[in-house]
Amino acid sequence: MCLAVPGKVVEITDGDDPAFRRGKVDFGGIRKEVSLAYTPEAEVGKYVLVHVGFAISVIDEEEAQRVFEYLKQMGNLEEELGEVRQ
Amino acid sequence: MADAKTPAFNLSCPVPRVADDRIVLAHGGGGRLTHQLIEKIFIPAFANDALEQRHDGAVVSLNGARLAFTTDSFVVRPLIFPGGNIGDLAINGTVNDLAMCGARPLYLSAGFILEEGLEMETLRTVVNSMHEAAAKANVKLVTGDTKVVDKGKGDGIFVNTSGIGIVESSFDIGPQSAQPGDAVIISGDLGRHGIAILSVREGLEFESPILSDCANVWPSVEALLKAGIEVHCLRDLTRGGLATTLNEIAADRNVCIKLEEALIPVDEVVQGACEILGLDPLYVANEGRFAAFVPAAQADAALEIMKKVEVSQGAVQVGRVEETPGRTVILQSRIGGNRVVDMLSGEQLPRIC
Amino acid sequence: MKFVSEYRDPKAAERLAAAIRQKVTRPWTIMEICGGQTHTIVKSGLEDLLPKEITLVHGPGCPVCVTPIELIDKAVAIAKRPDAIFCSFGDMLRVPGSSKSLFDVKAEGADVRIVYSPLDALKLAKQNPEKQVVFFAVGFETTAPANAMAVWQADHDGVENFSILVSHVLVPPAMEALLSSNNCVVRGFLAAGHVCTVMGFEEYLPIAEKYKVPIVVTGFEPLDLLEGIHMAVNQLEEGRHEVENQYTRAVRREGNRPAQKTISEVFEVSPRQWRGLGEIPASGFQLSGRFQKYDANRRFPFSGEPARESPECISGLILQGLKKPHECAAFGVKCTPENPLGAPMVSSEGACAAYYHYGRRQNTSVQPELSGPSSR
Repeated sequence: MCLAVPGKVVEITDGDDPAFRRGKVDFGGIRKEVSLAYTPEAEVGKYVLVHVGFAISVIDEEEAQRVFEYLKQMGNLEEELGEVRQ
Repeated sequence: MADAKTPAFNLSCPVPRVADDRIVLAHGGGGRLTHQLIEKIFIPAFANDALEQRHDGAVVSLNGARLAFTTDSFVVRPLIFPGGNIGDLAINGTVNDLAMCGARPLYLSAGFILEEGLEMETLRTVVNSMHEAAAKANVKLVTGDTKVVDKGKGDGIFVNTSGIGIVESSFDIGPQSAQPGDAVIISGDLGRHGIAILSVREGLEFESPILSDCANVWPSVEALLKAGIEVHCLRDLTRGGLATTLNEIAADRNVCIKLEEALIPVDEVVQGACEILGLDPLYVANEGRFAAFVPAAQADAALEIMKKVEVSQGAVQVGRVEETPGRTVILQSRIGGNRVVDMLSGEQLPRIC
Repeated sequence: MKFVSEYRDPKAAERLAAAIRQKVTRPWTIMEICGGQTHTIVKSGLEDLLPKEITLVHGPGCPVCVTPIELIDKAVAIAKRPDAIFCSFGDMLRVPGSSKSLFDVKAEGADVRIVYSPLDALKLAKQNPEKQVVFFAVGFETTAPANAMAVWQADHDGVENFSILVSHVLVPPAMEALLSSNNCVVRGFLAAGHVCTVMGFEEYLPIAEKYKVPIVVTGFEPLDLLEGIHMAVNQLEEGRHEVENQYTRAVRREGNRPAQKTISEVFEVSPRQWRGLGEIPASGFQLSGRFQKYDANRRFPFSGEPARESPECISGLILQGLKKPHECAAFGVKCTPENPLGAPMVSSEGACAAYYHYGRRQNTSVQPELSGPSSR
């Protein structure tokens, strides 16, 4: 049960209780209102992971790069060693 | 700990469901259940050669002339959506069905079923759009009918349009001519109409709204025919999307259609909407797009011609027809793996899983 | 789309696949827990990129598939009430109960609505005070925070005509149940990334230790899955059995604390029936304390017929990864998406549906000549 989509927070509205904190999140050009009750650290400009209308995590942009750094290293290694063994 | 004699888990399973005694929404979805309905109820009742062709329209001969004849009913909700309304759909939908037979659209009829309580202003808007769409398509609305049903028995407006056109191709355009070796071309990017509709229903907000691609595609077909391209088959991509259309043809002709995901154009925002709703763009409805099957050798020429016409400026080749495995559409994914693109059973429902 | 498209890059995929091929020296069976992961694997044809030594089996990570048939019957009964608006995620609508699905009763006139979020259902309750609005709260731990918040807000706002029918299932107990079976063939796990986003991954450490299996918390895009498989294969080849996190951009070790807090306020752990697997202790959530009044199971007493079983569906074996869908005699023959015998054929994530839609139609259990009713 795991369809969660990343989107960028473009607007935040605080409620009288953190449980009612809401935000507008942009998913590649589409904006939806999302509950930010579970991501008190979310800020405008950050990316959040949204599942059934709730942000469940703020995306760590540095970590998001990690796999590509790793692949780049592998790529460099390939060049050093010659062809990739298929 | 469990052993073979005392399994750790109980197996339980439901009794099979057979949706045979009532019409369900899925029967109108354009997918497998729609086809079953047509095959089990309609075709046996009305069997004749033209109907057996199972094409968008029927081509009949009348005193030496080849006429195309088609009909379509429009039940869209909401009636008015970004980029159009039920009126444009009603005109363009039927005009396009005629174009898919290689016929110049000429005359249309329109039958209206109006729901008691419908605002006159809405009806005016719809009729006005029909007038404009008809003028643009150079067709005349020559006859019509109006009925009114009790409040609650209709969705505001239901429209049926039927159309007659004169076939301008010298060869038989239709699924029967699609064959191994053909290139599969689509006239533009996918999913705009379906997402435009859903955006209203689901309350999606867009930075710049997605507009329905509802349009008349005859100019593009006309250009292909005039240039002498050997068009084997044309099919417009409506309910059920590209996947459904191609499955129909693959099943009809017992061929394999191979697609490359990387070549299939989907606008970024449409893709985003599909991601959020859990929909596959291959199954989302279009209204101003068609697929063309032409010999591989003529694919480049066909693309050049189509790109010069506004309604098909996004034309691209997305695949080809092969002999085996028959009745199957196969997609090579972006990362290089293969999967079968199946016919939908019913409506594609938004998912969270 | 940012944080989506780059994880579908073909060159990167090929690099990771090559790395897996280089590392592998013997056959390994790896299970991905979550239905969303199964969906990606099958949709992208990911298995075509893997060496033949790797066998992926699809686990019971489909809450739709494992919701007990009694609960579907209960949902259908509530939906049929004239005073009820029954709300559900789209996934649940086509799952067959003992005699009907929610889709069937919708066709017969019941007010069944597809919603995107449990808060939509709460909104409907506020807008329709004369109706009973019931929400089908199905899901893994991923969805629990959302469902908990809907109930919490209902309580805060004093909304009385709202209730939820709970079918929450927990992943770690299911994994333990699978691993403790004599038949378990799985040697490594790709844990469900979004479940762990909420719950963290500390609860997997004792499992990895006890059963000596590597567990890699994995995301949902093709590159995530390939990287997760790569990490699992590395552990297997090196004889390690640790919990590792591939999905670091979304998952922290401790998970989402505010979400866990609300879950523990509103829910408590309880035993659960898993369709196809039977009852697993401490494997689900139920409403607790002052929130029990929002439990639709209590609010609407149900005296239905006992759920009926059919011996033909082998969903239990499928969900444990012991058999593949095409090894079932009913697969593609009696059991199809239009005519499902079991939940794995209905849910878009169910292993059987995935196999059917994405092409593995070959039913390998059926005898070539079928001149009479086949026996099994």
